Parts: sequence; C-alpha cells; structure tokens
Amino acid sequence: MLNRIKYYLKSFTFWELLKGLSVTGRYFFKKKFTVQYPEQKTPLSPRFRGLHALRRYANGEERCIACKLCEAVCPALAITIESEQRADGTRRTTRYDIDLFKCIYCGFCEEACPVDSIVETDIFEYHFENRGENIMTKEMLLEIGDKYEARIAASKSADAVYR
Amino acid sequence: MMETLLPYMSWLPAELQYLVVTLIKIVAIVIPLFIIVAYYTYAERKVIGYMQIRVGPNRVGPKGLFQPFADMFKLMFKEIVVPTNANIYLFIIAPVLAFAPAMAAWAVIPFNDTLVFSDINAGLLYILAMTSLGVYGVIIAGWASNSKYALLGAMRSAAQIVAYEIAMGFALVGVLMASGSLNLGDIVDAQRGDWSNWFFIPLLPLFLVYFIAGVAETNRAPFDVAEGESEIVAGFHVEYSGMTFAVFFLAEYANMILISMLTALMFLGGWLSPWPELLPDSIFWLFFKTGIFMLLFLWFRATFPRYRYDQIMRLGWKVLLPVTIVWLVVEGVMVYYQVGPWAA
Repeated sequence: MLNRIKYYLKSFTFWELLKGLSVTGRYFFKKKFTVQYPEQKTPLSPRFRGLHALRRYANGEERCIACKLCEAVCPALAITIESEQRADGTRRTTRYDIDLFKCIYCGFCEEACPVDSIVETDIFEYHFENRGENIMTKEMLLEIGDKYEARIAASKSADAVYR
Repeated sequence: MMETLLPYMSWLPAELQYLVVTLIKIVAIVIPLFIIVAYYTYAERKVIGYMQIRVGPNRVGPKGLFQPFADMFKLMFKEIVVPTNANIYLFIIAPVLAFAPAMAAWAVIPFNDTLVFSDINAGLLYILAMTSLGVYGVIIAGWASNSKYALLGAMRSAAQIVAYEIAMGFALVGVLMASGSLNLGDIVDAQRGDWSNWFFIPLLPLFLVYFIAGVAETNRAPFDVAEGESEIVAGFHVEYSGMTFAVFFLAEYANMILISMLTALMFLGGWLSPWPELLPDSIFWLFFKTGIFMLLFLWFRATFPRYRYDQIMRLGWKVLLPVTIVWLVVEGVMVYYQVGPWAA
C-alpha cells in the first residue's frame, strides 16, 4: 500500500524524469573535450603505423637488399618485389610495389626487415584522387623516405629504448 | 500600426490597399518565423551537443552561426527523388499540407494587446483545428511514399495524434473555464495581475498535460515514434529529399514554436510581466517564456529515450486523459463554490 502511494507520488511529480533532466542539465555546463582536428591534433606514438617509406643509408645507397622477407610475411599480400643483380654485384630491387588498398598496416614488414629499409611513418593524412594511385612504387616510397628521413629516424630512436 | 502606411498607397484602389497591408503583415510574421526556425535547428544541435559533452556545429562561419543557411542551400539544390509507383501528386502535396496549417495557426497568435494579425473570437478553436490538420500531411506523406516504413510511421502518427489531441483539447477546456473566452487576447487578459494570477497555478495538472501532449503532437522525442530512426528509419519522411524534406522540417519546428508560444500565452500570462509594479508588460516577456519551452523541447530530446508505441497509447489514454477529466471536475467545483482564483 505504502509502496503504491510512493509509486504514484513519484510518477505524478515526474521525480525520475526530473532526475534525468538534471543529469543532462549538469553535462550542459561541463568542459567539452572535442579535438578541433585540423587545427588541433592528438599526439602520435613513435610506433604509429601510417604511410610506408623506403630508407637509404647516409651515403645515399638504398637499404633494401631484396631479401623479400617483407613480401613473405605480409598477411595481406600487399607487397610485390622483383629483383636482379646490379653491375657492382649486389642484389637490388627493380620493383617494389605496395598496394595500399590491400595493406592492413600491421607493421610486419617493418618488423621483418633486417636492414630497417621498409618503415611505416607517422603520416596518416593522405588520399587518392585517381585509380591506380593506391599502388606505391619503389620511386614513390624512396621519395617519402628521403623527404621524412629526420622524422623516421627520430621515431626509431625514440622507440629503440623499448626494444 | 500598419495603417500609417496607407497614405503612401493612396494611388491604389481601396481594396488593393487593404490587400497590400495584409500581405505586409503576413510577411512580417512569416519571415521572422523562418529565421527563428532556422536558428532553432542550430540551437537544437548546439544544445544537444553540449549536453553530450560535444561542441556541436562550429565550422560554417563564426561559432557555426551560418550552419542553418548551409543546410538550407544544400537542401535547396538537392534532387527531389520520387519513389517508383508512388502517387506523385499526393507525394508533392503532403509536405505542403503539413506546412500550411503550421503557418496558418500563427494568424491568431497575439504578440501583445495590440499586435495580432487576426483578432477572432474563436481563436483557440481555430488553433486546435489548424494543429489537427497538420497530421494529414504526415498521413498522406506516409501513404503516398509507397514504402512500408513510411506507412508504418503514418499509422503510428495517426493513432498518436488522435490520442493526444483529446487530452490536449480537454486541457484547453480548463483554460476556457478559467478565462471564459476563446479569444487568445482575452485569455491572457484574464491572467492580469502578478505571476500568482497566471493559470499555471490553479491549472497545474492541465498545464503539464498540455505541454506533454504538445510534445507528442509535434512528434518530438520522447514521443517521436512516427520518425523512430532506430526502428523505422525516418518514418513518414523516409522517401523525401531536398526541398520537400526541408518543408517537413520547417513545419515541425514551426509547430514546436507554436506549442511553446501557446503554452506561454495560456498558462504563463503571455506578454504580462510577473511583477507589474517593477517591470512593464512587454512582448519580450512572451518571447522569454516561449524560449523556456523551446529549450525544454531540446532538453527532453537530449534526455529521454523514445517511448515504446504501446506505452505512448497507455500514457495518452490511461494517464493524461483521466487526469484532465478529474481536474476539470475539480475546477468545476472550484468555480461553483467560488474558491481559489474564482473567489470574486
């Protein structure tokens, strides 16, 4: 009986509805955490796995020795490598393609590479405008590596402590 | 007030002068209404955003203030897709049928004791008629779309409006008993005095029922089963795009503002000041009171989950209707024995 009275009193005074309204009312004045993306950016880990790059040694020689470990480990079969012997007797790639549509950005290629040649940079703001642009060729990858070498090296050394 | 324009139009025939003045009055009501509707959508997104710890639209213009115009232009240039086998005439006319009564109802709204487009004595009856007509737009839209979701939305909306119209009408009967007039201006005048003379005190249950029924009438959360995004996509307007869709939105928001303003007029003394000795009566009081209810619409949407369909029916028929009838009896007794506000 008393419970029934309590129930009716509660529903006719909108008690629970007012409680709900007070919650949203409180949140109205709370601090907003939205990151205003193009102007503000969240910090990235040095381990961030974004767009790929091929690196060179300091003397300008490309690191990749066409061992094809990355091609073998790639779970998405995104990497295609062809190689031949160069005039100086070393083995180098003639073709190093990554299909970014297939790539799942797992970072296994980076882990497998014995010479730290293929890396994933912290670049994630890129897009394609035409068909075929999703295939990154060797030249494009090397170009990215040359352009962002400082950033890549900084990330590598920051993460080296934990390896 | 508009009559001051008449000397400048003396070269026109007398009938035309009257027509021109009337048209100017209509424009003077409708254009601000459109602007308020546009910024009401913006306010809705901002307020709900803030209540969800987001910031809401802030890209178009300073603080996102041009967002309503961006939305409007987008909708204006979008294609109006007519579904296969839909009844094209009804399909196009439905948004107009939803929109026209929402606008027409504004004709009898008094903004202060002189500022009223059409001061008719059956004002309240006219308002009830116009707000009820709006449902035809929804039902015809749902039927003409040739889509099962739209039809479901239309059926739900029809049943819901029938249920809540009655509770709403009964709540207004209470206002009539208290004021003794159907004229909205007279209803406000009957509440003259300070805030303790306003009708929301003796008619508190009717006031609450009226506003709840008003929220249900406009198909707003938590009574938005006619739209029900998560169950029937968008209900009666799934198949609408571009300008036809925008017109439905205009009607919905104009109705929300109308319900807010009616609540302010009938229960909170309209343009009357709560302390007439301290502050003068003014149209701004009406806007302020209307604004409170407009905010409540948004606040409800940010807070309450949607009612289940059978719960809506239960609330309408088994709670709101009995409450209003009981209170009408109580009010009748109070009037007969001249207690409370009828002590005179």
